[in-house]
This record gives sequence, C-alpha cells and structure tokens, in this order.
Amino acid sequence: MWKDKAMRLLMLSAASTSIFLVALIFIFLMKESAPFVLKPGLGALIDRQWIPVSFVEEHFGILPLVTGSALVTGLSMLFTIPLSVLGAIYIAEIASPVEREILKPFIELLASIPSVVLGFFGLVVLAPLIKNLFGLGTGLTALTGALLLTLMAIPTVITLSEDAIMSVPRAYKDASQALGASDLQTIFQVIIPAALPGIIAAIMLGVGRVIGETMAVLMVTGNSAIMTWSPLAPVRTMTATIAAEMGEVSFGSMHYQALFWIGLVLLAVTFVLNVIAQRVLVRYGMMK
Amino acid sequence: MSRRRSEQITYFLIRGVMYSIVLVIGYILFDIVRHGLPALNWAFISEYPRKSGSEGGILPAIVGTLSLLAGTIVVALPLGICSAIYLSEYAEQNRFTAMIRLAIITLAGVPSIVYGLFGLGLFVLFLNFGTSILSGSLTLACMVLPTIIVSSEEALRAVPRGYRDASLALGATKWETIRTNVLPYSLSGIITGSILGIGRAAGETAPILLTVAAFYLPRLPKSIFDQVMALPYHLYILATQHPEADKVLPLQYATALVLLLLVLGLSLGAIIIRIHFRKKYRW
Repeated sequence: MWKDKAMRLLMLSAASTSIFLVALIFIFLMKESAPFVLKPGLGALIDRQWIPVSFVEEHFGILPLVTGSALVTGLSMLFTIPLSVLGAIYIAEIASPVEREILKPFIELLASIPSVVLGFFGLVVLAPLIKNLFGLGTGLTALTGALLLTLMAIPTVITLSEDAIMSVPRAYKDASQALGASDLQTIFQVIIPAALPGIIAAIMLGVGRVIGETMAVLMVTGNSAIMTWSPLAPVRTMTATIAAEMGEVSFGSMHYQALFWIGLVLLAVTFVLNVIAQRVLVRYGMMK
Repeated sequence: MSRRRSEQITYFLIRGVMYSIVLVIGYILFDIVRHGLPALNWAFISEYPRKSGSEGGILPAIVGTLSLLAGTIVVALPLGICSAIYLSEYAEQNRFTAMIRLAIITLAGVPSIVYGLFGLGLFVLFLNFGTSILSGSLTLACMVLPTIIVSSEEALRAVPRGYRDASLALGATKWETIRTNVLPYSLSGIITGSILGIGRAAGETAPILLTVAAFYLPRLPKSIFDQVMALPYHLYILATQHPEADKVLPLQYATALVLLLLVLGLSLGAIIIRIHFRKKYRW
C-alpha cells in the first residue's frame, strides 16, 4: 500500500510543478525588472520614444513598441479572422470525410513550420514582393509581418473554431433543415451564431499567439521604433525588441530592466487573453 | 440570380479560401525545397562551418539542436506524463485541480520570448548554469510541458473506464491498475502527442536566443555546460546578420530545409503513428 501512496504523491508533485512554474515565471520577471520602479520610475515607460542607448539622454518609452505590436496584430487579425472562420466552416461542414482527413493534418503541419523558417521565407520572397507591389523603398513593413503572422495564427484559429462548430448540437441543424432552410442558411444563420462564443475564444487565443510571436516579426518588420499606424511603414514590436536587444545589453542595467518590463507586459496581456478565452469556453460548455 | 446559383457561388468561395491556404503552405514548402535541395549534400551536413558560416557545413548546429532536443525530452517527458497521470487518474474536482489546470493554460499561452527571459533570469543567471545546453533544455522543457500534459491526458482519458474497473475488481491497487491497464494502451497517444510538442521546440529560436545559442562556434559541445550553435538560430544569423547575406543565400535555404525536414519529419511521423494507432485501438 505504501507504494501506491508514494506513486500518488509523485504524480501529485509532478502536477504541482505547473503551478510552481507559473509562479516562478512571474517572480523572476519581476525580480529582474524591479529596480526600474525606483530609478527612473515606471513613468519612464510611458514615453513616445524608445532610445535605450544614447550619449545624450536615454528614453525607455514602450509606447512605439506597443503600437507596433498592436498594428501588426490588428492587421494580421484582419486577414486571419475571415480566412480561418471560412476555413473552419469548410472543414467542419462542407468537406467530404476524406478531404477532412487530409486537410486537418495539413493545417497541423503549418503549425509546426518553425517561425524562423517563415521569417526567412518572408525575408527572401514576401518582402521583395511587397516592395515591388507598393513601390516602396523597403519591403520590411508592418504588412509583411502581419501576413506571416496570419500564417501562424491560422492553424490555431481554424482548429479551435472547428471544434466550436462541431460542438453545436446536431438537433439545431436538423431543426433548421426541417424548417426548410438550405445548408448555407443553416450554416450562417444557425450553426455559426451558436458556435460564436467558441469562435471568439479561438480568435482571442490566436491574438495571444500573434502578439507573442518573435522571430518572424523580428526578421521582416524593419525594426524601427517609431509611432505609426501605416501598414506600409517599418515598425518594431515588443517581442522583436527583446530578442534584438537582449544580446547586447549589460546585465542589470536600466535598459536590461526595461526589456524585462516589456516581457512583463507581454506576459500580462497573454495571460488575460488566455483566461478570458478559457472562461468563455467553459461558460458555453465548449471545453473538450 | 436564383438562390441556388448564389449558394453555389458561396460554396465555391469558401472552398477557394480553404484551398488558397493550402496552396500558400504548399508554395512555402516548395520554395524552400526547390532552393534548398541543390545546396544540400553530405558535406553540408557533416562538416564544420568555415569563415563565420560563409562556407562549409552545419554539423555543430545539427548536433546542438539534437542535444537540446534530448535534454528537453529527458526533463519534460517524465514530468509531463506524471502530471497527466495525476490529472486523469487521481485528481478530484476541487480548487487545487482547478489551479493546476489554470496554470497549464497559462503556461501554454506564455510567449516564447518570455520563456527566454525567464530562462535567462532563472537558469542562466540565478542558478548560474550560464548560457549552456542545460539552461536551454530546461527553458524549452518549460515551454513544451503544457503541450505534453494536455495531449497525454487526452490519451489517458481515451482508455475506457471498464479497463480500470476490471483491474480494480481483481484486487489490483490503483497504481498497479494504471501501470498495467491504462498506461500500455495510452502510450502510443502519449508519445505521438509529445513528439508533436517537442518537434515544435526544435524549431524555436526565441527561447534559445537568450539561453544557449552561440553565434559561431565550429566545434562540438563536450558537456551540458557548453554553449552550442543551433539550427534555427544559425538560420536567423545567416539571413539577417551575415555581412554578405545575399551571397550565402543557398546556404540559408539549405539550413532552412534541414530544419524543416527535422521538424516536419518529427510531426509527420507523429501524425502517421497516430492515424495508425487510431485504427488499431477502437473502443
């Protein structure tokens, strides 16, 4: 019997590591960023300029980085949402069983293409294309990044939206058809509204994934920390800033702490998105 | 235009959207294979890089990525499987279990660069492992842990209740039941799910950027405290930091292809195994 108890304890402690890990992540991000609160103070982050290395005066304003992330994410959602929802409808309602068996693994395959490979593709193929198409000086723009991010968000959003569509009770569909509605009317006026909470949760998780994406945006968005809302301007996201600058910063400096603050902001945003999405899924009984 | 006709057009459009996505994925893969294959040969895989990556092969990067993968598996697989066993077999519906689940969901959503910062703060600096295979593997292990837990739990839950009841009724203890009547039947599901998660870790760049990766290090690692080159980071460096990025384009493509083959090979293998076992066990 002691062995049984010991095993239970072992499994319990393994499962507890997840809680422990979350706590550690928050603690260590805060630990590394904490001194910034005293000097130069948190207000320094709310600045329109990010000039972390300067002979005159350093600026640690994360606003241009936040708008950069927001612009790229927003643009990519503009593409992701219609494409993914229609894709999910196709896989769940229209595709033949054989087609479905092929399409689903294919979408999963897209999810496993490393982001650095997509970034590389963006750099050598997509960026020149954008440059010529719009007659720009450089193809490294917010739009280029957004298009790559769309490819990364699509698998997440399609798979979860499809789950949501599949979880709509069959009776809804039968009832709608019995009333004489066509298949399309049933899809758009009955099934999609019923699956909407799940689809919204899927989109939120997609947004979380896109905001946190690093390599692809680092490689193709041009990395200039200016505040702009133009899709064809180069921008710099929060993630790219951390990745690009952490290698050159001296540990413990204000710049180093500011980078950890960006990490904390990212962590907070994705955490909130995740929790809300999960709440929605549980509330509407769409958890698997 | 009749209703029938407009419906047909809508169907056509939806199908068009789906297949354009497929086409784009296909084109990306095709582009990398087409340009990568000519530069890919045995020497490229088995030789050390020369002249900061402008010539020679990528052996250290391949070895680096494989050793990171091995480290990740050693740490994350046992931890993930044990967590999944707890959640599927032992956990009661209480606040503690809810907390574990919330923690797993949170971990799954943490951006990879934030894992990099965390690994830098905890493993590299606080625990003083330095930028090393150890720090990188631990960081990647944290990142893939939620994927392994979720897919393993799903596999465990797929085993019918009757298997457990029969074993318990014969007087086996809970652990004996799990070991002999649950784990064997879910192992294939656990393994395939885990491979999918770990395959993704192989292609991750952001977490290893801050915890392991060496810019240019043309030798093999001797211990887990060594820095290594890694395939994704090498590709990033060649594509963006190399002074003559255009000249080494074929090498970039070949590196991308090797990385893609490694990651997609793992994922594809997992998907095929899964389809195979889905046919074998039906309950």
